[in-house]
Amino acid sequence: MAIKISARDVLMDFPARDAQQRVSVLQGFDLDVREGEFLSVLGPSGCGKSTFLSILAGLTARTGGRIHIDGQQLAGVNRSQGVVFQGYALFPWRTVLDNIAVGLEIRGVGREQRRRTAQAYLERVGLHGFGHSYPHELSGGMKQRVAIARSLAYEPDVLLMDEPFAALDAQTREILQTELLRIWEQDRKTIVFITHSLDEAIYLSDRVAVMTQRPGRIKDIIDVPLARPRSNEIRNSAEFVALRQRAWDVLKDEVQFGVHPAAAARPTSPHPLRPLQELA
Amino acid sequence: MSAVDPLHDRGALEALAQPRDLAAPEPLASLGRRLRGFGRIVERGLGILLFLAVWEALPRLGIVSDAYLSPPSAVLGTIIQLGLDGQLWKHIAASLQRSLWGLLLAIAAGVSLGLLMGGWRRLENIVDPVLQLFRQTSAFALFPVFILFLGIGELSKVAIIFWASFWPVLLSTIGGVKQVDRLLVNSARSMGASQRFIFFKVVLPAALPSIFTGVRLAGAYCITALVAAEMIGAHSGLGFLTLNSQETFQIPTMYSGILLLAVMGLLLNYLLALLEGRLLRWRQGLSLDD
Repeated sequence: MAIKISARDVLMDFPARDAQQRVSVLQGFDLDVREGEFLSVLGPSGCGKSTFLSILAGLTARTGGRIHIDGQQLAGVNRSQGVVFQGYALFPWRTVLDNIAVGLEIRGVGREQRRRTAQAYLERVGLHGFGHSYPHELSGGMKQRVAIARSLAYEPDVLLMDEPFAALDAQTREILQTELLRIWEQDRKTIVFITHSLDEAIYLSDRVAVMTQRPGRIKDIIDVPLARPRSNEIRNSAEFVALRQRAWDVLKDEVQFGVHPAAAARPTSPHPLRPLQELA
Repeated sequence: MSAVDPLHDRGALEALAQPRDLAAPEPLASLGRRLRGFGRIVERGLGILLFLAVWEALPRLGIVSDAYLSPPSAVLGTIIQLGLDGQLWKHIAASLQRSLWGLLLAIAAGVSLGLLMGGWRRLENIVDPVLQLFRQTSAFALFPVFILFLGIGELSKVAIIFWASFWPVLLSTIGGVKQVDRLLVNSARSMGASQRFIFFKVVLPAALPSIFTGVRLAGAYCITALVAAEMIGAHSGLGFLTLNSQETFQIPTMYSGILLLAVMGLLLNYLLALLEGRLLRWRQGLSLDD
């Protein structure tokens, strides 16, 4: 499969408060994303995974390293990418349909064509009848559906999703994960999905890239050979549980209640199960 | 997953998202709403009627001498008479012209400069200390300066109204631009939006609620400044009418001027509220802390 995105030795650091040292967020970050795959980047909080996405989206400038998308060096915002943020980022003064059409408006698509495309994507994310509502009239799950429709409407090659379901309640999150897979199955565009949830990463992805704690780099990549299309019940299968355990084995050394590696070398934490529950 | 899944059940979903009054059928609920609205109007009208009754009674019963306080019936009669002989329109037109010019210029200048300063930090750093000093300088203290430079004519009156109305618009615009959610700007950027698009279609609408807070305040300040301007060296306008009538012991006319100024203030506020409601229609039903 062709390589869609290639990141080599990416460095992201900024001056520390005393200005003598620099704080590294990402260091020696290497990752290849294949064309048409669903790849999750999984890592402990504060590891720099969202920073990587922001760099990939062209919203933050990296301090070093090379990133190529379709063989082109990444420089600024790439118009063939769509981003879905955790905080929905919908424009509160626009109706649902106008929100979905924003990307098309930016691209100079005519009003009538915009309306038709937006309507089609509204149906696709299951929000029929809500086109003229305002974002504040919708629940969190519905807002995120709008945000997904908005990023799909201008047909980007790559969808970058930054912990899109992290703010939702557990049930809505599971529903939206299944919905996202259903939508993705239709055209299988490349998706880079940032998450801190093991279950979410394994359920959705073809591959899961596990990060180290800060300064973040990719520690290991786990293939997820679960058959598609995946139903919600797959989470209970022995295969899923085994994959989850494998990913946890890679991740657990990085989740040490935010303590530095040196300090974390002490005997096991008093609540060995807690990080597992938090991640679930 | 729970048995009742609100996101897969269309009816439940719509009920969740559209908090309508589902307890009563639609015609009944609408009738109830209308009755409640009518009741509120009666209550509010009652307060005004009581006030007018007390005002009427005080001079009529001789509790307050009518050399000091004219009854509202006499004030209304005077207003009608002034209207008939054409004097009234001259004063109203003069006052409206001054206040609207001052206010509109203040809104135009305040919003433009505020957008620039809110979006361009360096400009704000340079200009802000000066503005803070100016802001604390009362428009009335500056009136002699305006007269010195602009003369006793219309220009100095418009200038004082402009000065008084400008600051709330400017400061609330700067505040509004600074409070724009970074996430919204980033979201537009991620879709490839130009600077122009971000400025006019993200920053401006996001700052609009805050801008309107300033505009409403400016509307109130504008009337205050108008009265002051017209009481110093004017030959027309409702402020002039009020002060001049007091000096010539035409007490009913004095109260007419005061009443008309109050009505003008109310109307201006109502118009600005109407405009705000139209431009910020999307905020309907939005709680204040959202």
